[in-house]
Order: sequence, then C-alpha cells, then structure tokens
Amino acid sequence: MSMRLGPVMVASGCGGTGRELAAFTDLVGLDFVTRSITLDPRPGHAAPRVVETPSGLVNAIGLQNPGLEHFLATELPWLVRAGVRVFVSIAGATMGEYADLARRLSRAPGVAGLEINIGAPDQAGSDLFDVREPYHAASVVGAVRREFPGDLPVLAKLRPDASRIVEGARGVVDAGASAVVIGNAVPAAMPDGRPGGLSGPAIGPVALRCVAAVTEALPDVVVIGGGGVASEQDARRFLDLGARAVQIGTALLHDPTTVARVRAALTREEDPA
Amino acid sequence: MADDARPLLGPLHVTGEVLATKKSGAYRHLTITAPGIPQRFRAGNFVAVSVDGGRLARRPLWIHRVKESGAFGPTLDVVVGVAGPGTAWLAERPVGSRLEVTGPLGRPFALPREPVACVLVGVGHGAAPLFPLAERLRERGCAVTLVVAAPDEARLLSALEARRSARAVTVITGDGSVGVRGDVRTEIAGVLDRADADVVYAVGPHDTLRAVAAEAEARGAWSQVALEVPMPCGTGLCQGCPVPVVAEDGATRLVRACADGPVIRGDRVHWEALS
Repeated sequence: MSMRLGPVMVASGCGGTGRELAAFTDLVGLDFVTRSITLDPRPGHAAPRVVETPSGLVNAIGLQNPGLEHFLATELPWLVRAGVRVFVSIAGATMGEYADLARRLSRAPGVAGLEINIGAPDQAGSDLFDVREPYHAASVVGAVRREFPGDLPVLAKLRPDASRIVEGARGVVDAGASAVVIGNAVPAAMPDGRPGGLSGPAIGPVALRCVAAVTEALPDVVVIGGGGVASEQDARRFLDLGARAVQIGTALLHDPTTVARVRAALTREEDPA
Repeated sequence: MADDARPLLGPLHVTGEVLATKKSGAYRHLTITAPGIPQRFRAGNFVAVSVDGGRLARRPLWIHRVKESGAFGPTLDVVVGVAGPGTAWLAERPVGSRLEVTGPLGRPFALPREPVACVLVGVGHGAAPLFPLAERLRERGCAVTLVVAAPDEARLLSALEARRSARAVTVITGDGSVGVRGDVRTEIAGVLDRADADVVYAVGPHDTLRAVAAEAEARGAWSQVALEVPMPCGTGLCQGCPVPVVAEDGATRLVRACADGPVIRGDRVHWEALS
C-alpha cells in the first residue's frame, strides 16, 4: 500500500484540538494525530498532570477527551475543513471498544487514518486494554483492521521498549497495521508516585534505539519515529535510520512553531529548487 | 489555511529582548521587546516564556503594561516572582538577553458595556494585569476601586502606581507594613459595600479568589477571577492545567486554565474540586 506520510506529523496529545496550532503552523496538509479518543468522554486525572524533569516532562493526563460522539460532531469537521490530514488516535478499555471506535470512524468523512494507542505508558492507571504481551497488541490491531477500510492507513503506536519492540512491530504488522509508530512516552512516575509517562529529549536515544532495531530487523516495515524531536537534526537521525516520517510532540509544548520549522527545513532539503 | 488567512488576533511566538530590568521588592520587572505581541494585548492576557537548562515547561507571566519606547516600538512589562530555578533564571536576565516569548495568550477580562462600579483585587504579582484593566475601565467611565494586597511590603505591587490607575485604592498587607493590616478574605466585604460594586475582578491565590467570588455573588455582582496555576505549555496544547467549572446544566467539566481561562466567571469555578 502506498501511503503519503509526513515527513513530519503532530504527535498524539501534543496538538490540543488542532485549532490551537493554527496561529503557529500552516494546517493545510498537516499530518495531525489527535489526542486519544475513547468511546465515552473521560475526565482525566487530577492536577498536577505535567511536571518538568531534566530534559523531559512527565505527564499523567489520564486520556482526558470529550468522547467519540462529541469529537465527530465538533472537532473532526473543523479539522477537515481546515485542510488537516486527520489521524484519529483511538484508545479503549476492551478490544470491543477499539473495534467500535474503528467501525464508527470508518464512516466519518475526512479521516485520513487511525493511530491505535497500544503503547501507553500507564495502561492500568488509565483504564486501557492491557497490551503487555505483543500478541495482545496484535489482536487489537486485527480487530481494528477488520472494521476499518483497507485503503486507509492504520498506524500502531508502540511503547519504545527495546527488549520487545521487534517482536511487537512484527506482530502488529502481521495483524494488518500499515505502519508502526515508535516513540511513545516511557513509563515513569510523577513526584508523588502516581504512574505517568516521560517524554521529551530525555527519551530521544531510547526511541532511536528501538527504531534502529526495527528498521534493521524488519526493513519492509514502515516506521514512524519520534521521541524528543525538536529540530531538523533530531528528525534526520530518525529518518537516516530508515524511519519514513517523524512525530513531534513534547517540543510543541515548549515551542509551538516546532512542526512548522522542522517541516520547512526537511521539505527544503528534499525539493532542491 | 494559508499564511495570510491566519487569525490576526491570535498569539505569536517570537524572540524578544530584555530592554530593562528593575528590582521592585521581592519581584523583578522586565521590559521586553516581543514584536507584534504588544499590539495584540488585552488586559488579562499573559505570555509564556522559555527558560534555560533543558527545562521544557513554559513560565506564564501576566502582561503588566504595554509601553511605547521609541526606537523599539511597543514593549511589554512583566513581573517575575521567583518560585524556582526557572523563574530565578528569568529574574537574573541582564539587559540585552534574548527570550522566547509566546503571546498574548488566554482569554482576557471581559469589560462591562455600561459605566458601572468595578472593584479590582490583586494579591502579590497577581495585581499586575489589573493596572491596564483599570485604565480600560476608566476610559469607559467606570468607577474603579483597586485593592492591592500582599503578605508584606516586599510583595506588594507599586501602591503609588495603583493610585494613578484608580479612583480609590485600598492597600492590604498581612503584616501591616503598608496600608491595612489584614487579609483580602476578611476585608473584601467592606470594600464591595463601600464601592457598591457591580463587577468584581480578582487575581491571586485560590482561597482569596473563592472568597471574593462568594462575596460578589452575595451582593448580586458579577465576578471574574484570573487563575494562577502552572501552565506547562500555555498554548492549550497539553491539557496540563485543568480547572473544574460548573456548566449551565450543573455538570462539572474540566477546562484549560491557559486557553479557556485564565479569566473565568467566579460563580462558575468548582472551588472544592480545584486542587
């Protein structure tokens, strides 16, 4: 399957509803992954939700989102009208919820693809389907793929765990994933001990290790890398290792123009005038 | 959306420069260039500023004043209160330093259409956005009473400046070093009665805002409170600054302090649930 991607995508959970980026980035043609959408609205965790650590942020947002119905009625149409290429990140407490989300999104006009959130740093604390074992992740992907048209991409976002990443990537691709996204937040704790996820430059080398392992072992698999990307140079490290595109997340919270900047730099290099 | 179709009133992300720095009690006033931001400012807006040392969270700062400064065009004044290593770094920036600045951010104070009686309450550096608000309200013919409060004189924003911005000024300090010795929570009822307030604006700690909102509601006055909470991004992207509000239908929802606030109707905040 041919798939137009990137080279830069907005990572899930770091682009707000998308509207907030309009002041800083041209939205037309922007590959935007939504924050994870669940079937029912989720209120998310109590504050503090985000704390600063050396070269990183630890977050425990708790998947706050308005639920699928509200998303379909308000946020998605706005994004589609603005010309955004919308990849809807989906998360569920059961395999059935993932399948329901995929079925209903398959009928939503303007969706460019799905990203399955199966690598969250804190599944238990966030009431998510447990994908501790790679075959769990593969079965979620299989359930989603059956409900979602084959001509649109389904991305599987995995946790950057070097000991399981190749096995995990092979499993989800065999189950029908169009690409693997490598570079979710790494399991970590908030200062008070609550489970959370560490992101930002602190985890860049961790994600890079995982991307290198997958592109080497599975050269035919489409890999989207991410983790601490804040500059063209950071992005090139992933692309040079064989990633097809990069996702930018935490850097946007520090500088909301990051996606525009990196996208412009990479595109300039690729299209010599 | 093409470049020229971007919202004219939206925020900008620019590299600014420190033009002046002045210690004022426990705070540091910085005058900075931030091309394009002063022109878009409305009272109650803030800027998000980057700090150094691999610290990724932004530091939100109220815009205290917009000034014309000749060669540099309009500039911003912000008030830095040191709360940790990031704000300490900011407070130490010498003249000529570059700063990454995003703004103006947040919903500003809503202004009354009629020339009504307004009481403005600011605690510590929370008084910063009230000075430009007082000026806008006076232009509209509103009677403005300004209450500036702090634990002590060092954390009191200029009372002298306050007297230039408002008809009546009340100064309250916890230790009585200037003005009335006391606390906004106990003094506010008398202030609202004397001013016969129709609209109340408040910025400061949550317990102060809650007390002000309650006293306003008891008198049938509108209140708008501006929340000072940590904002990791300041731009509405991260959902890291949740504020519980009670919607029209009675249900509690979480909104973002940075993008849906920081100015929120006082009677809408679900104070018990605000951590």
